[in-house]
Amino acid sequence: MAVTGVHPNTASRALSASTLWRSAIVLTATVIAVPVLVILVSLLGPYSKAWQHLLDTVLVDYVVNSLLLMLGVGLGTLLLGVSTAWLTALCDFPGRRLFSWALLLPMAMPAYIIAYTYTGLLDFAGPVQSALRSSFGWAHGDYWFPQIRSLEGAICMLSLVLYPYVYLLTRIAFLQQSTAVLEASRGLGKSATRTFVQVSLPMARPAIAAGISLALMETLADYGTVAYFGVSAFTTGIFRTWYGLGELHTAAQLAAFLLLFVLVLFTLERYSRARLRFHRTGNRAAPVRIRLRGWRAAAACTLSLGVVSAGFLLPAAQLTVWGAEHYSSALTPAFIRLLANSFLLAALASLSCLLLALLLGYGKRVHPGPVERAASRVASMGYAVPGTVIAVGVMIPFAWVDNSVAAALQQRFGISSGLLLSGTLGALVFAYVVRFLAVSLQSVEAGLAQIRPEIDESARSLGQTPLRVLKRIHLPMLRGSLLTALLLVFVDVLKELPTTLILRPFNFNTLAVRAHELASDERLAEAALPALAIVLIGLLPVILLTRNMSREPSAQ
Amino acid sequence: MIHQLELQHVTVRYGETTAVNNASLTLQAGDIGCLLGPSGCGKTSLLRAIAGFERVSHGSIALRGTTLSTPQSQLPPEQRKVGMVFQDFALFPHLNVRANIGFGLAHLTRAMRRSRVDSLLQLVALSEYASAWPHELSGGQQQRVALARALAPEPEILLLDEPFSSLDTELRTLLAEEVRALLKSSGITALLVTHDQHEAFAMADQITLLHAGLIAQTGTPYDLYHRPATEFVAEFIGEGNVISVAVTDSGIWNNTVNEGDIALPQPATGQVLRLLVRPGDIEHAADSQTALRVARKAFRGARYWYELLLPDGQRVPCTTTGNIDIPVGGLLPVRFNLRQNLVFDAAGNAARATAATPEGSQHPPRGSPAVTCA
Repeated sequence: MAVTGVHPNTASRALSASTLWRSAIVLTATVIAVPVLVILVSLLGPYSKAWQHLLDTVLVDYVVNSLLLMLGVGLGTLLLGVSTAWLTALCDFPGRRLFSWALLLPMAMPAYIIAYTYTGLLDFAGPVQSALRSSFGWAHGDYWFPQIRSLEGAICMLSLVLYPYVYLLTRIAFLQQSTAVLEASRGLGKSATRTFVQVSLPMARPAIAAGISLALMETLADYGTVAYFGVSAFTTGIFRTWYGLGELHTAAQLAAFLLLFVLVLFTLERYSRARLRFHRTGNRAAPVRIRLRGWRAAAACTLSLGVVSAGFLLPAAQLTVWGAEHYSSALTPAFIRLLANSFLLAALASLSCLLLALLLGYGKRVHPGPVERAASRVASMGYAVPGTVIAVGVMIPFAWVDNSVAAALQQRFGISSGLLLSGTLGALVFAYVVRFLAVSLQSVEAGLAQIRPEIDESARSLGQTPLRVLKRIHLPMLRGSLLTALLLVFVDVLKELPTTLILRPFNFNTLAVRAHELASDERLAEAALPALAIVLIGLLPVILLTRNMSREPSAQ
Repeated sequence: MIHQLELQHVTVRYGETTAVNNASLTLQAGDIGCLLGPSGCGKTSLLRAIAGFERVSHGSIALRGTTLSTPQSQLPPEQRKVGMVFQDFALFPHLNVRANIGFGLAHLTRAMRRSRVDSLLQLVALSEYASAWPHELSGGQQQRVALARALAPEPEILLLDEPFSSLDTELRTLLAEEVRALLKSSGITALLVTHDQHEAFAMADQITLLHAGLIAQTGTPYDLYHRPATEFVAEFIGEGNVISVAVTDSGIWNNTVNEGDIALPQPATGQVLRLLVRPGDIEHAADSQTALRVARKAFRGARYWYELLLPDGQRVPCTTTGNIDIPVGGLLPVRFNLRQNLVFDAAGNAARATAATPEGSQHPPRGSPAVTCA
């Protein structure tokens, strides 16, 4: 049979379009990967004297404290997350519906904010100790009270706001377990408790592991809490090495060590998520909940209420009280500028993320191939990388470009150019994009995934041009996912502390930075207003999550 | 004469793989055609080439004399006047039933669109669901919406890609007959893709059987069953085995089948031929000298289906009445009734019919027992 090729014109046009897509995607992924690559390359050396100093003094502390933090937060989120997930997914008790979404509220509370709020509550001069002293007539030194500003304190704070990751994933896993499997276990002679321990829990294990690894990634990324509590961890170490010792390269090497920790978690999370697929068995019939009565119901209520109160209600109330006290002095044009700055940054970053996510998402859809898949993998690795690491990884190449340009200009024209890239909003937005692109990419890809190719094809065969398919099918179907992508990144940027602290332009303040600065100066009450603003905006994605939750399989 | 659909030597390739090889086919106005074949035979690729979603690398596709596809030029899908019903219906989830059906009618005025959608809703008996959302409908209802949506712009041809495969088995044949009646009453030309021969029999006027990218045979359902062009067709359509028979010096076939059982004009000694045996061709006969060993059996209510071993190990099917119950391994006395049977040459092509079928070229009307008894 004669081999007739496709028409050369159309063929080359299709080819060039696909090359264009592919180049754009590969370029994006490469640029996104630069900060992490810079950090990894720093491991090759040279190792300065400061490195020897670190080895001799604090490095062991960093490693031990970071490990202890991870261990503590891992246990804490496991206990809080799994117990509340089990109660709201598989049991029934008064207030279960309310608690099932209220338990997500602590997600709105950044760890550094809850940390200084509790410090204000529990310090010597705080309301709790004052009340104890006045009611028992104690004086300073008469009694023992736990020191909140400690490693243990940091573990508690982080667990209180990070357990929702475990809660959310485990709860869904419990809800999706088919009743048939559980009934099979009961039919084979296992009691309800044994069924939970031997069937439900093991089946939910990948979800629990994925939730804990996410919580631990956040733990490693945390700077505000450990800095405020004076705990020497990797993130505070990186700051100290850079700002204290002025050793950017050594800071990068420390960051690289932190990355190795992250890599372990990242692998664990990917592995668990991959296994999640196999654990989704059968049709997800609505589970028959265990009805709790009497003291059991009371205990369930108390536990849920306690967790929500400790993680959200109590600190939020304290912030509100402080905010109300300092309302008049804090609500100044300076505060408005703070808001405007934060919103501008968040808007720029979330829009940039969305555009790049659309580029990557559509690229993968139009020309699916191993290159495109790898590119979107690479581009979405940032969520696992701590902000501090990304900030250092952005700083080094940007400073290098600045210095080279400045040197060249000085040499040739005798002009001093100053800093072109580093210390600009551009550098900061770029760092945010590296860190949060995964968030918007996930939403965009989820949105695109529900528009199956047959939907496009049926629109085409009904007489619509590709452009009109985009307008009449894709835009309306994607609207929700695009808004979600924008919102999630917006809020994440607003909450992000270490990246902003390192990369912000001189004298450029945001809500998060200001709250952190005021708290560090022990002006806790004044920090309340920016903190409250962050928490309020942080509630938006929680509301979004609870809306999705209401679409879950309704149980009897 | 202008055919409604005309494919000439169409080849569809994906990179190095040839999905459809040199397929030629015509379909007349008002007829319902069917592309039938096992999965991977290229039937869906061919359908998608007609709809404009795949390029042809050789040959041409024309609709009512207008060329749609050649290797040099491809009319985009939206300009082809081809309606398509997708396997999983591909309803637009963000539009309700009315908006789904009216989607392809953007060129009409609001009032005309409304009345066209109304008449289609009536046609598929979904008038009361006009404002329902796709996810609120049952599978059968979704399928009718997909059908109405594809018919709304009055396409020159309707393409249906495995339209019943996502529905319950019991529903399928029923719906296939309903859809056939609907298309026939509206005089719509349609081409259906399926791997299920019962669906093909229930729907189609003309069936094209594909095998490994090649058209094996095109014909009426009756033709495909009774006059299969190749061994593949014979075995794919209906139940039946093709066995090798050798003509020995003594004129006895395989030591089992007597020459007299098969009426070949001039059986050539030493030749090996291939013989199609359908279940009805071997009958239980209590007084017969010949008995075959039972290899497998299945109870089918009124009947028993047996698979019998010829002495040389080849297997042939046989059905008996439900009261003839021989255990596996036992012997079933049989009589051969192979005088009408098809013989293929060694290459698997129909060599010659042993005798003209009594019906001759007079096909029974569609849907008669003779066709669907397979």
